[in-house]
Amino acid sequence: MDQVISHQFVSAEQQKETTRLGMWTFLASEVLFFGALFTGYTVYRIEFHDGFAEASGHLYRWIGIGNTAVLLVSSLTMALAVHAAVAGRRSLTAGLLGMTALLGAVFLAVKGVEYRLDYHDAIVPVLRFDAAKFEHPGQAAMHLVFYFIMTGLHAVHLLAAVAVAGVCAVRTGAGSLGLGEGTRLEALGLYWHFVDVVWVFLLPLLYFIK
Amino acid sequence: MTRRTLIVNVLCAAALLVLLGAAVAAWKLDLGRAGLAVGLAIAAAKAVLIGAVFMELRTSRPLTTVFALAGLFWLAIMMTLTLADFLTR
Repeated sequence: MDQVISHQFVSAEQQKETTRLGMWTFLASEVLFFGALFTGYTVYRIEFHDGFAEASGHLYRWIGIGNTAVLLVSSLTMALAVHAAVAGRRSLTAGLLGMTALLGAVFLAVKGVEYRLDYHDAIVPVLRFDAAKFEHPGQAAMHLVFYFIMTGLHAVHLLAAVAVAGVCAVRTGAGSLGLGEGTRLEALGLYWHFVDVVWVFLLPLLYFIK
Repeated sequence: MTRRTLIVNVLCAAALLVLLGAAVAAWKLDLGRAGLAVGLAIAAAKAVLIGAVFMELRTSRPLTTVFALAGLFWLAIMMTLTLADFLTR
């Protein structure tokens, strides 16, 4: 195992445990980061339910559903990549990391297409919004503001994860990334799964309002 | 990676996709107001699966799970106090 143990740690085990808890602490801050948006969304959804339902009806549900499946599978490949790293299987790890990054990139590409469709449909507040489409245009616009900001913020997080996963895939394949105890990849994995969980909650809240 | 590890992770992914299908089915069934509760329950189930299996909380020290739940605890405080304000105006 070619794991570098930083000087402040007495063992690889301690380094791994510390990385795990540290990553979860960061994820807790991210939960609150997205949580503030979810909270605001909740308040407005209660107040503007009819407009929110209307706006939700204009979104591309099947794109959302398909993208969810893509992200769920990417979490599988990410989890397996971490296990492969722990098992010391370099090329398998690189392949799985590459697959994970690719699936994340597919999600982002499809999201881009979806945004383009939304723009074409004139449901983008401020930029291109046809109020005549809605019975409650102000309320619907509020839903769509949350939709674009929350999915946009999620996409930024996913982009960062894809970039890191991609770099890790290349470096693992090239042999310049020590697999060690799989500590670093486990940290990336935790972040990746968190991004997945955020999307899992965004899907029903944004897309499936009656 | 043992065979068992591979099977557990693949089964988890399969379960997640089944839950996604359930969410779509629940949507098609048109449950009205209960639809939100069902949708969130399914999302929560997915989150628990992802957390327990993919994020390895199942095989980690209990302290790790405490850290994981801490974020949700603070989120609960934020939502509770915010809604306590808005819902009682």
